[in-house]
Amino acid sequence: MFHIFCPYCDERREEEEFHPNGQAHLVRPADPDSVSDEAWGDYLFFRDNPRGIHHEMWVHRLGCRKFFNITRDTTTYEILETYPMGEQPTITAETARVRHEQGVQTADGGWQTVGARPENSTLNEETPS
Amino acid sequence: MSEAGSETNVSRVAVFDTHPVEPIDAESPLAWSRQRGLVDAAGGSGQVRAVERPFLGHLILRGGAITLDEAVRAELGINLPGKPLGLNLDADGSRSVQWLSPDEWLVIVPGGEEFELENRLRERLGDAHFAIVNVSGGQTLVELSGEKAREVLMKSVTYDVHSHGLPVGKAVGTVFAKTSVNLRRPSEDRFELVVRRSFADYCVRWLRDAGREYGVSVESPTS
Ligand SMILES: [Zn+2]
Repeated sequence: MFHIFCPYCDERREEEEFHPNGQAHLVRPADPDSVSDEAWGDYLFFRDNPRGIHHEMWVHRLGCRKFFNITRDTTTYEILETYPMGEQPTITAETARVRHEQGVQTADGGWQTVGARPENSTLNEETPS
Repeated sequence: MSEAGSETNVSRVAVFDTHPVEPIDAESPLAWSRQRGLVDAAGGSGQVRAVERPFLGHLILRGGAITLDEAVRAELGINLPGKPLGLNLDADGSRSVQWLSPDEWLVIVPGGEEFELENRLRERLGDAHFAIVNVSGGQTLVELSGEKAREVLMKSVTYDVHSHGLPVGKAVGTVFAKTSVNLRRPSEDRFELVVRRSFADYCVRWLRDAGREYGVSVESPTS
């Protein structure tokens, strides 16, 4: 089980209270009538599936019932930070490696939770593509 | 149901008194449990005691904290809990305001007061951006006390119910035996569970089972 920090309740809660809701920071085209079918289809149906840092929207379903964002590593399940709707992540795919090398695990404000580490780390090793 | 939409300043909002003009028998959410023999007539000698407080007035307030705080303080004499997970009560503990989320609070008052309170709040709030919903019929409150009340909760919720995790004046929305609950700590010696009406019977069955080893009684005063 994870302990996830809800930025609205301002404390860590059991994973059981939360529910993931897919990729965060999707922007709806301002004028849907003028975008191409392809752009609209991308917006509606196509989502990133990165290996590594991913920004996701979660909801504190059985707590305050608010949506918020999580920066998560999809290979280690490590939750690096949580932040309210409307804010930007402080950790991205570009910054994560740097922060890791420096031994920095916490986001500003110490919001992150450290999740379960994989039992077999070789399975999760980055392979050059 | 008596309609009173025209009596309020905010005539575009339909409000109605959920208390019938003619008194009729009301059934508490634990009526089914009582019928099935799961409600005790009087408190037993066990170490856990659950008492339903049915027919209270439950109002959900939504809006900005500053606007609502002024209105609630003026009409109810209670400060709106500004910080997350706050629970404020009046002097004798019969009226309370609970933080639910950054723009949402639960007000619980003695049954019958909620309609008048709603009207007074609407009048005071005027054209402010807010919402008030009477949810009295949708949920019920169960008080949990006794020296093993905390032990029963430890089996039922993942939340830390020790006094350092859930001190007096704190209330959390969390998971109770796989259903949702508003778990409140109004005083040192008791907890309050605000549960959905349709889950009240399930929660009572759970409490009876979890409290069996300590001796548990479930009471529900009839109307
Ligand atoms: Zn929350």
